[in-house]
Amino acid sequence: MTEPAPLLEVSALSVVRGGAAILDIPSFALHRSETVALIGPNGTGKSTFLLALAGLLPTAGGRIQFCGQPVVAGYASTELRRRLVMVFQEPLLFDTTVYENVAVGLKFRNLPKHEINERVNSCLERLHIAHLSGRSARKLSGGEAQRTSLARAFASRPEVILLDEPFVALDPPARQALSNDLEQMLRESGTAAIITTHDQIDALRLADRISVMNRGRIVQSGTPSEVMNHPVNEFVATFAGMENIFSGTVAAAGDGLFSVAVSDRVIEATGDGTEQGKAVICIHPEHVALSFSNPADSTSSIRNVFPCRVSKVVSMGLFSKVYLECGFTLVASITNQSLASMALQPGMQLYASFKATAVHVLRKG
Amino acid sequence: MDLFVDGIITAWKLIISLDAEVLAVTLLSLKISCSATMISLCSGIPAGVFLALSNFPGRRLVISMVNTGMGLPPVVVGLFVTLLLWRNGPFGSLEILYTPLAMVLAQSVIAAPIVTGITIASIQNLPANLKLQIQALGATRTQTVWLLVREARLPLLAAVMAGFGGVISEVGASIMVGGNIKGQTRVLTTATVMESGKGNFDVAIALSIILLLLAFSVNYLLTVIQQRERPR
Repeated sequence: MTEPAPLLEVSALSVVRGGAAILDIPSFALHRSETVALIGPNGTGKSTFLLALAGLLPTAGGRIQFCGQPVVAGYASTELRRRLVMVFQEPLLFDTTVYENVAVGLKFRNLPKHEINERVNSCLERLHIAHLSGRSARKLSGGEAQRTSLARAFASRPEVILLDEPFVALDPPARQALSNDLEQMLRESGTAAIITTHDQIDALRLADRISVMNRGRIVQSGTPSEVMNHPVNEFVATFAGMENIFSGTVAAAGDGLFSVAVSDRVIEATGDGTEQGKAVICIHPEHVALSFSNPADSTSSIRNVFPCRVSKVVSMGLFSKVYLECGFTLVASITNQSLASMALQPGMQLYASFKATAVHVLRKG
Repeated sequence: MDLFVDGIITAWKLIISLDAEVLAVTLLSLKISCSATMISLCSGIPAGVFLALSNFPGRRLVISMVNTGMGLPPVVVGLFVTLLLWRNGPFGSLEILYTPLAMVLAQSVIAAPIVTGITIASIQNLPANLKLQIQALGATRTQTVWLLVREARLPLLAAVMAGFGGVISEVGASIMVGGNIKGQTRVLTTATVMESGKGNFDVAIALSIILLLLAFSVNYLLTVIQQRERPR
């Protein structure tokens, strides 16, 4: 079976500003009904990439194709651009009612009045802002304004929707609620989406695929689990939420296992260990288990067990991060329930353990 | 002091009794200045929008010329319009010098840079990404420009006020291209100059009060609209 042609396809795209390339994307594709999260720190070119895809920014080179047709910046491809809508980070609402704001894109397309009415009301309802229909857009809260902005984009029923940091200005509860509604709308409408975010939680929640960007380039693309569990380099690892990144030297190898000396400890990892020399490894905080008794006494499959001392406990809302001193600093992520049952306090002595398969090798040699 | 008090009393009498001549002068003032404001809006808003949104070499030079033009001395405008309309001048054959039309023309030249300058500022004060967001929602060029102007409508009211205020109160150009001909081109400002020159201070004060009231009521009306729409 051949894979269907992508909806949006990019090849050798570059954007230059002030003589320097700020965006360099050799290839990128978005398929029908797919949600891709572009993650990366601020100022890394995510918004620029979206602007270029939306045909709002002149490119220095390369090609953007939407349904097989080239997207060019400016008003030349308005008809094509109408099937692809971009939503900016700030709501940028017009100085009129919520209803009129949502109707704007439909009026651009000269739709009949009854259809405009029907589509606007349906979008307002799906985003739970129908009661604000007649309110002035200037009197909305941040969350309401963001919802209006999204309704305005969805009302024109685009095939692709480009969302630039849709949750950035919202407080956590509003963020969670909007994220749920957005996910449902994307699923129901089958709209393909690219969402930029610097928060990997948003990315994990919404995306079928994650592309990690750094300095105008995509450094890794893949399913959330590929990117989270197999980051290609330290940058992706840090960004994907791995805090336990260690560099050491390969001490011994054989039988599909090898060990890396980190500080004065040895961490065992799976993989062919024929190479010798330096290695950079990482462990997801979620994969670190904590116990008061030595787990090696009861279960033998755990390769890495370290006696350690709790140095700090930080609440992250639904879970907590425990910082451990075991010759090196190890971070474990545990549920609040476990935290309470173990009554963890700084200074307590316990055992941290993780499997050899949980150790991910970023670089060797 | 008596002169002042007497002047004010006579002035009120003239106003209340709806003196035919004062009325005619007032109506002509309004007609000319309103027409000139309309013309300057029709030329100044599109020009301002273009200058605010376009990008061409020399754009900054043009914008600074417009800004300079916002303070154009009316007598200089009067002089140039007179020269252009003079019998032997390039447009002499139109024979419109010393007519209300010439005054409308001169006042439009005075108001146009004011309207253009304020329009440029209003459009440029809109959020930087607004134009792109409008485009991103599928707008054509015309739809984009129209929506931007609509978004800038409140600051644009200031352009109307400043334009009208500038021309209703100017005297230099009106007297030069209009000639202050009784019953034809005599307006509030030129009549005030003439009456005070003749020593008829009561009439001059009456005309000044009317001028002030006129300027005030037009601006008051526009301010009410502007403030009513302004979000709190």
